[in-house]
Amino acid sequence: MPSESPATLALSDGTVVTGCAIGQCGTTRGELCFNTSMTGYQEILTDPSYYGQLVMMTYPHIGNYGTTPAENESHAPKASGLIVRSCTNTPSGPKGRSALDAYLAQHGVVGITDVDTRALVRQIRTDGVLNAVIDSTGLDADTLVARARNCPDMAGRAYASKVTTQYAYTYNRDNGPTVVVVDYGAKRSLLDAFAQRGCTVHVVPAATPLDKLRSYAPDALFLSNGPGDPRAMPEAIAHARSALESNLPVLGICLGHQLMALAQGMDVYKMRVGHRGANQPVKNLMSGRVEITTQNHGFAVDAGSLPDQGAVVTHRNLNDDTIEGLRYPQHKAFSLQYHPEASPGPHDSDYLFDAFLEMVPNRAPALRTARHGLAVAG
Amino acid sequence: MPKRTDIDTILLIGSGPIVIGQACEFDYSGSQAAQALMDEGYRVVLVNSNPATIMTDPMMADEVYLQPLTVESITRIVEKEQPDAVLPTMGGQTALNLTEDVQKAGVWAEHGVELIGVDLDAVQRTEDRQRFRDLMEEVGLDQGRSQTAKTVDEAAAVTRDLGGLPVVIRPSYTLGGSGGGIVRTEDEFERMVSRGLEMSPVHQVLIEECLFGWKEYELELLRDANENVVIICSIENVNPMGVHTGDSVTVAPQQTLTDRQYQAMRDAAIKAMRSIGTFAGGCNIQFAVDPETGRMIVIEINPRVSRSSALASKATGYPIAKVATRLAVGYTLDELPNEITGTSACFEPSIDYVVTKIPRFNFDKFEGVDEALTTQMKAVGEVLALGRTFPESLQKAWQSLEIGYHGLGADRPVPDRDTVRERLEQPYWDQLLHVRHALYHDASVEEIHDVTKIDRWFLRGIESIVEMERQIATHTLDTLPNDLLREAKRYGFSDAQLAFLLAGDLDDDTVRAHRKKADITPSFLVVDTCAGEFPADTPYYYSSYDAGNERPSSDRDKVLILGSGPNRIGQGIEFDYACVHGVRAAQQMGYEALMLNCNPETVSTDFNVADGLFVEPVYWEHIMNVIDHEQPEGVIVQLGGQTALKYARRFKEHGIRVLGTDPVDMDRAEDRGHFSALLEELNIPSPPYGMAHSINEAVQRASDIGYPVLIRPSYVLGGEGMRIAHTPAEVKRHVASILQRTPDNAILLDRFLEGGIEVDVDAICDGTDVWISGILEHVEPAGVHSGDSTAVLPPHSLPANVQDTIRDYVEQLARALNVRGLLNVQLVVHTDTVYVIEANPRASRTVPFVAKATGAPVAAIATRVMLGDTLANLRNEGLLDSHLTGYALKRPVFSWDKFPDVKQEVGPEMRSTGEAIVFTNEMTEEHLAQPYPMRAMTVAG
Repeated sequence: MPSESPATLALSDGTVVTGCAIGQCGTTRGELCFNTSMTGYQEILTDPSYYGQLVMMTYPHIGNYGTTPAENESHAPKASGLIVRSCTNTPSGPKGRSALDAYLAQHGVVGITDVDTRALVRQIRTDGVLNAVIDSTGLDADTLVARARNCPDMAGRAYASKVTTQYAYTYNRDNGPTVVVVDYGAKRSLLDAFAQRGCTVHVVPAATPLDKLRSYAPDALFLSNGPGDPRAMPEAIAHARSALESNLPVLGICLGHQLMALAQGMDVYKMRVGHRGANQPVKNLMSGRVEITTQNHGFAVDAGSLPDQGAVVTHRNLNDDTIEGLRYPQHKAFSLQYHPEASPGPHDSDYLFDAFLEMVPNRAPALRTARHGLAVAG
Repeated sequence: MPKRTDIDTILLIGSGPIVIGQACEFDYSGSQAAQALMDEGYRVVLVNSNPATIMTDPMMADEVYLQPLTVESITRIVEKEQPDAVLPTMGGQTALNLTEDVQKAGVWAEHGVELIGVDLDAVQRTEDRQRFRDLMEEVGLDQGRSQTAKTVDEAAAVTRDLGGLPVVIRPSYTLGGSGGGIVRTEDEFERMVSRGLEMSPVHQVLIEECLFGWKEYELELLRDANENVVIICSIENVNPMGVHTGDSVTVAPQQTLTDRQYQAMRDAAIKAMRSIGTFAGGCNIQFAVDPETGRMIVIEINPRVSRSSALASKATGYPIAKVATRLAVGYTLDELPNEITGTSACFEPSIDYVVTKIPRFNFDKFEGVDEALTTQMKAVGEVLALGRTFPESLQKAWQSLEIGYHGLGADRPVPDRDTVRERLEQPYWDQLLHVRHALYHDASVEEIHDVTKIDRWFLRGIESIVEMERQIATHTLDTLPNDLLREAKRYGFSDAQLAFLLAGDLDDDTVRAHRKKADITPSFLVVDTCAGEFPADTPYYYSSYDAGNERPSSDRDKVLILGSGPNRIGQGIEFDYACVHGVRAAQQMGYEALMLNCNPETVSTDFNVADGLFVEPVYWEHIMNVIDHEQPEGVIVQLGGQTALKYARRFKEHGIRVLGTDPVDMDRAEDRGHFSALLEELNIPSPPYGMAHSINEAVQRASDIGYPVLIRPSYVLGGEGMRIAHTPAEVKRHVASILQRTPDNAILLDRFLEGGIEVDVDAICDGTDVWISGILEHVEPAGVHSGDSTAVLPPHSLPANVQDTIRDYVEQLARALNVRGLLNVQLVVHTDTVYVIEANPRASRTVPFVAKATGAPVAAIATRVMLGDTLANLRNEGLLDSHLTGYALKRPVFSWDKFPDVKQEVGPEMRSTGEAIVFTNEMTEEHLAQPYPMRAMTVAG
């Protein structure tokens, strides 16, 4: 049953739909994007890459199993708002999990339920992504549409600075390799992926230059995922270039992948509709195997800009043939557009963390056996 | 790897006659497999003994063998056809078991036939419960504690080790859990263990720790030779552990696992599948999850296409059997396209709706059976409903069941609190209805959860339906706000439910008219495998009150064919066979053929059969929604059994054209009074009959007619509630029992012609010309239901003059009833007189049998006639020619093993679940032997 208080969703193209308010009462705006993952709404909401976006879940029932702090991908939700078809306020599962509505309210997230999400998905699929406003304060439709139109475009936004850590910190200490994570909005699962493999993990702010990174005596560098347009981050591109040239093993994921590609002179473009879900098929061109992957990106590396040397495509998306992974033969580096840390999503690509750590010379950490036994390094 | 070129001829094994636990879902998988192999250019040799299947149609394979599924017949086929490979994973456990037997006989090796799509060692590992357990332990997957036993004493010892009763008994190597069950008390222990041991071909049972109340899940996997794996669908059982999955209400996708839990299950599924062996194709794995601790247990693996694969295919739109077949011949997943979106087949469907499956039972056919649901499957069919939300899909599923409900309750008075409470103590077929009743009586979600162990999320969903009900009930149609009406429709309420709930004397048509005026009509949404991410090319739709219409309009002439709904005894795969042929014939005649059906186990609900597939309840409101939207030229009701036929008159009243025989004429055949008058007019003998509405009236009629009399409620299919009475006392007893069950039913009484020979005739009439497609003589004497009789085509003992009389009567009836399309007439030959018992103006159960026996495409011919073609034309095309030499026998097949408490005998009430066809050049004693004794047909018996 719908809650009592109404809410409105207004799109920059003038579409206005009404629904019921969930979470915080207020007004919020951002790029309207949809995610087709049928589970993992809490991980998605707290993924910093969704900063500046209104997340619309295509699966109609959201909130089914409530929320719990252990399923956060950062300390609090980062998405600007949530749009669902049907929000469950009586979650299944053991006691101690709190309802999604209460969780949203607690973290000040404005949301809307009882929205015909499929109709909006169809619209986005046809017309491309657009900006929108969610309001539960009772503003009139014209005002809301105007606000949606004024909403800054995602292209050109360097949002990583909004979600990166303010100060460097140590996430994990262990006797494995030391990995320095450049935090553009890193998911906790990424840090955990290294921690679980016995790594010492230092997390540093996005703007940290290479010489500062070196002060941690790293065995490997990691450029994280994050929100916004990588083309608007010249400093980060320069840092990525120096990271590549550092002779240290470097792994970039999502935004980090795009920054590395830009550093190698490739182009990045904004996709008409991004990839957001947990069912994207990616083929590893070296092994011939297919991984079902978690994805969340609205920008992609332009295959037409692939240099003759300097970068080799290692992974492709089987749906639209977009670049999903690159190897940099002149460096000890590779990068992935998708999310091997999953969370939410399948664990098919977990092996890539092992492959990355195998690039660290003269260290024999307690590595898990690489399931695919695949050497990604050149 | 591309497809293999070192093999040319492939043998495909079907699943044989329908039995409980193995139904027409294997016609679906077999047909998809045959089609995929033919498309790939292989020479396909197909064997199945079930004539009522699409897969055994001549065009489905290069060679079709309607032969018994035995080692001998497979050997003969292999010798003759010399196949290079055999694909046994599309025909259920029957095909796998047969393949193993043939393997043991050394036939595959001798003829160099390679097994594809299967790893027989893997099959054995999954079927031998102890080996399976050991293996799961080896790869670190948790198991319920259990141990096998070969004697009752051993079983008792094992039970003590497990901590005592209750325990679960599962016989090794059986279908659908035959002979399995929960033992709660010492009393039943020995009996159930003994039965389990008997049922098991290896005389072994598994005794298991009882996982009652745990959540149950199933994952459908596809795997290729390159070790790529995708999960096509997750399914969650609403009924917790303790009820066989086939008997459980299930939903897809899973609803209540967190992403972490789900991914852990996905990892476990992949690990388990890899551990059992190597094979390329489909696989399903069942899990149980402790709701308190989250402990996850692997229950079972089927390394083949299964009933759930059909369900998962229909639920997601992903053609599992077709893709699995291509994987078996060497393709890898990344080489295959997803036919729905044109993207890759190597992906996991994401859906943005909820699918609910509800099993359909036929307990009324099996007197004395325990109706409580257990680990042994008892359902005879199932329905599938799609909705944007769980409440919507659940209500649509109830509308699909075709047992008189208009949704989940809210259409009749509610039983009192005590009855409801009592009924909830054990899982019965209508458990969710009683959950709704309990909520209606103000029980809380927590209380119901305590009793039923059903997950709170599902209970909360049902509670939201009840809350909506309450809101509606405060209104009249005039005061009902449009917003609330729309919201009610989004919760799946039918117009009939709304008419019941709203104050005032309303019917569904009034609500419908009001609703249409307010512009509250459903949209048709595409089942696209991708939650709308990509545009889809397939014409597979479901209705919802969300999301604007996605069905493109076309200006071609359309025909809507109504399917036969859930399988049940008396109406099963035969009608789906007729529907599929109807679709094809309509397409051949240039029409856009639309199909409406809700049975996931069918070929008719395959997305590439019709030009527009609507997986919707075969229920008035939903049919009308499609008609309003599509504006077809007319509706075909003759192919979908009684399900479709029963709407004929209402269509006519609403100005909708029924193609073929006019509903008024159909009524003349269906209505006993009209029909008798007609027989009298035509001078055709019929047994004296009478109609009664009370016990006294029935006794009076019986004495008018003369004993023995055949008693039954009017308007039934499959001989439900039919009995023979020899005395007034018996009449009283049986009529009382009918009236108790269905108070408003009229009672039909017929003089029973003891010792007569029953004859079934299928005919087609185009208004002038009549074509008799088959005369079937029953081997059992009159009194055994026609569906349960062994029947012979053509008659083996009737003299020519009797056959001429039969033909004459049928032709006269067809013309007199202005039949355009199909007519089935049942007659009895008694002391040289031919009596007509009844006429059905629709496809009969025997249509596919006659078609397979004679080679004449009966259902297609009928459809063309309904659409205006003449028999003369069809005769000129050679379509009416029979190619039968010798005799064809239809042999009924029963599922007695599912009902151990029920006597194995046949009578006037149909109990068989399937049939096989046997061809022979001469009739022998052996052919005429009756497999089961006649049930004492009197009421006293």
